[in-house]
Amino acid sequence: MDNDRIDQIIDKHHGAASSLIQVMLEIQSEHHWLPKESLKRVSQKLQVPLTQILHIATFYKAFSLVPKGRHQVHVCVGTACHVRGASRILDTLQELIKIKPGETDLDLNYSLETVNCVGCCALGPVMEIDGKTYGKMTPTETIDILKNYD
Amino acid sequence: MPQINSSEALEKFRQELLTKNDADTPCISICAGAGCIASGAGEVITAFKAEIEKQGLQAGVNTKETGCPGFCERGPVVVIYPEEICYLQVKPEDVAEIVTKTIKEKKVVERLVYCDSLTAEKAPLESDIPFYKNQKRNLLGSNIKIDPKSIEDYLVLDGYSALSKVLTQMSAESVVEEIKLSNLRGRGGGGFPAGRKWEGTRNAPEPVKYVIVNADEGDPGAFMDRALLEGNPHSILEGLIIGAYAIGSHEGFIYVRQEYPLAVENINLAIIQAQEYGFLGKNILGSGFDFKVSVHQGAGAFVCGESTALMTAIEGRVGEPRPKYIRSNIKGLWDKPSVLNNVETWANVPLIINKGAEWFTQFGTEGSSGTKIFALVGKINNTGLVEVPMGITLRDIIYKIGGGIPDGKKFKAVQTGGPSGGCIPESLLDLAVDFDELSKAGSMMGSGGMIVMDEDTCMVDVARYFMEFLADESCGKCVPCREGTRQMLKILTNITEGRGKEGDIELLEELSEVAKEAALCALGKSAPNSFLSTLRYFRDEYEAHIKDKRCPALSCKELINFYIDPEKCQACGACLKKCPADAIIGGKKLIHIVDQDKCTKCGTCFEVCPTKFSAVTKLSGEPVPAPVPEAERTVVKKDKK
Repeated sequence: MDNDRIDQIIDKHHGAASSLIQVMLEIQSEHHWLPKESLKRVSQKLQVPLTQILHIATFYKAFSLVPKGRHQVHVCVGTACHVRGASRILDTLQELIKIKPGETDLDLNYSLETVNCVGCCALGPVMEIDGKTYGKMTPTETIDILKNYD
Repeated sequence: MPQINSSEALEKFRQELLTKNDADTPCISICAGAGCIASGAGEVITAFKAEIEKQGLQAGVNTKETGCPGFCERGPVVVIYPEEICYLQVKPEDVAEIVTKTIKEKKVVERLVYCDSLTAEKAPLESDIPFYKNQKRNLLGSNIKIDPKSIEDYLVLDGYSALSKVLTQMSAESVVEEIKLSNLRGRGGGGFPAGRKWEGTRNAPEPVKYVIVNADEGDPGAFMDRALLEGNPHSILEGLIIGAYAIGSHEGFIYVRQEYPLAVENINLAIIQAQEYGFLGKNILGSGFDFKVSVHQGAGAFVCGESTALMTAIEGRVGEPRPKYIRSNIKGLWDKPSVLNNVETWANVPLIINKGAEWFTQFGTEGSSGTKIFALVGKINNTGLVEVPMGITLRDIIYKIGGGIPDGKKFKAVQTGGPSGGCIPESLLDLAVDFDELSKAGSMMGSGGMIVMDEDTCMVDVARYFMEFLADESCGKCVPCREGTRQMLKILTNITEGRGKEGDIELLEELSEVAKEAALCALGKSAPNSFLSTLRYFRDEYEAHIKDKRCPALSCKELINFYIDPEKCQACGACLKKCPADAIIGGKKLIHIVDQDKCTKCGTCFEVCPTKFSAVTKLSGEPVPAPVPEAERTVVKKDKK
C-alpha cells in the first residue's frame, strides 16, 4: 500500500490521534492486512508511537499483521451454531485445509477464522466463504462446497 | 430538500408525504435482513423488480427492501400491502405467480402462506401467524414497513414527531422525568434505570457532555440490535437526539461493531439524511438546540461492549475497562459526563415521549416495564427475533411463539444472557421473564439471547464453550479474569475430554468465587455464571463425566464412540459412501463395522443411516463390543412379513 493512499485515509479523518483505530480499519479493509511499512507511516503522521499501534493491532480481532489467503473461510461458532454442531464443521475444515483457526495455509489459498454469530441463527450451523453464506451445514456438504474454491 | 426548520413545517411536510403516498397502492415489502439474504432474498428482490417491469406495473406498485421482521426461520419473508398478506420461504420462481395473482387479481397464493403444522390451519395475514400474534411488537413491528434507506418512510410513520414535541413543548428536566416515570431499564444487560443515569449526567457540573449508542453487540447468538440498526436506524437516532437534549449534550457517538457492515452503512446514511432534513446540526427545528453525531466502528473485541472499555476505544486506544469508582455518567468519555445506552434502550425513547410513560408501563412487570426483544435460537422450531412484554413466561416464548423443539426431542434447558448468563432448566419454565426473576434463577437478562437446548446438548460442554469464549475475549488487564478464566477453561476441558478428577468441581467453585469478587469489570465478574448455573441444575452431568467418564447427552467427542449394531445393519452402504475418514469397513451384503482407530467422530454415519434401520448408535461410558468376525458378517435379509 503506497504512502499517498495512507495519507489520504488519514486526511479523511482530519489527522486526529483519536481516529487511529478508524484509520487502521480502513487500511485493513482495503489491503486485507497491515504491512509494517504502512503502520510506520501511520505512526509518523498521527504522532502515535509504533508500540501503541502494535498494541492495538494485536488487541483487536479485525487486524492482521500477516497476509491473508485468497479465500476467507469463516465458521460461525456462536452459541446457536455451537449447539447445532458447529465444531464438527470446524473439525472437517481443519482436516481438509490442514490449518487451525486464525491461520493461513502456505500457498495463501485459504484463511480459516472462527466468528461469533453472523446473525443467521435460523440457518445454523453456518459457514461463510468470501462473504457468501452457507447454512445448515454438515461435514459432507462442507467438503463438497470447499471443492468449489480450489 | 429544504431544511425543516420548525415543528409546523415538519407536520406540513408529513401531510404532504401522506397525501403523496396513497395507502391503497400495492406495496411489496421484502425482508433484506441478514437472515433472509442468506436464505436467498437477494434473488427474490431481483425477480420481483424484473417481473413488475415485465408486466408493466412500475407505475402502480411499490417495492421495498426492508429490515428484519424477525421470522428468520421461514425466510425470505414477503409482505404485500395494503392487505398485509405474508408469504414465507419465497423463491424467485414464486414471484411471477405472486405478482399475477395477488397484485393483479387480489387473490392469495395459498401454498406460500403460513400453515400450522398441527392443525393445518392457514394464516394468510401477518397478524394471524402464531409466531407474531403472541408477541407485542412495539419496536420490531415497524421494520417491515420501512425502507431503512428512506427517511421519508420513517416520517410517514410519525418519525421525528417525538423530537419535535420535546424541542417545542418540553423542558429538558421534564424529558428526564418522563423517562424516569417510564422506568425504562437498560436493554444491554445491566438493567440500570435509564432515567437515573440521565439525571446524574444532567446534574454533573461539567459543561461538555456526551451521549453514546452502544451497538457493539457481541453476545454470540444475539442479533436484535443489528435488526434495529439495519431496519430502523432513524428511531435510534431520534432517541439519541432526545437524550442529548435532555442531558444538555451537543455531541454523540454511535459505536458499531465492524462485523455489521450493513448496520454501519444504514446508520451513516441515516445521519446524512437527518442532517439534510434538519434533525441534526445547528438550531434543530428552529429550537436553538445544536447536536452532531459520528459513527465509530469497533475493531472486534467483545470487552468493548463494556461501557468504560467502549469509551476508551472511541478515544482511539486499546479497549480495556477501568474500575468504576466514579461512574461513567459523571466521568466517562475524555473524562466528561457521558450517557451510554444500548440500541434497544434508545429506540424505546421516542415511543415513550410520544405515547407517555403510562402507556409504556402498561407493558411488563412492576420492576421491569416495557417490551424486550429476544433472539430465540438453537434447538427451536421458529428461530427468530421475538419482542414480548416483560413478565411473559419462558414456556410461552418457547412453545407458543417458538413452536417448541424440533424432531420431537425433549427440552433440556434455555440459556439466557449470553456468555455472562446462565442456563435455566425445565422445572423453571414457568418463570416470568424480567430483569429480577432471571437473576434470581442464577441467570440474567443480558442483551436478550435465548438459546434453547435439547436432550442432545451436553451442559458441561455448554459451560466449557462459554468459558472458552470469555478466556479468549478477556482483555488481560486484571489477574482474576485473565488467569481465572484460563484455569477454569483448562479444568472444564479436562472434564469434557474424560480427564476430570475428584475435586475438580470444588476447585472450579473456588476459582468462581475469586473471579466474582475480584475481577475488574462485568466480563470477569460474571464469567463463572455459566458454570455455576449448569452446576446448580445439572450436577449429575458433571459427576457422570468425572466419575464414569460418560457424557449423558452423547455429545462430548472424546467420551463417545460410534458403533454399528450388527443386528440392525442391512449393509445399505450409506455410511460407507459418506464417511469422510474412510473409517467404515463393509461391502455388499456385509455388515458394516466402524474402524475405531480411524474414526474422527464427525457423526456423518449416525446422520445418514436410514431411520428404518437406525443401526448406527453412540456409546458412552461403556466399551465398544468387539466386531463380528468376517465369516458371520453376511447380512441375512429380514423377512418382509
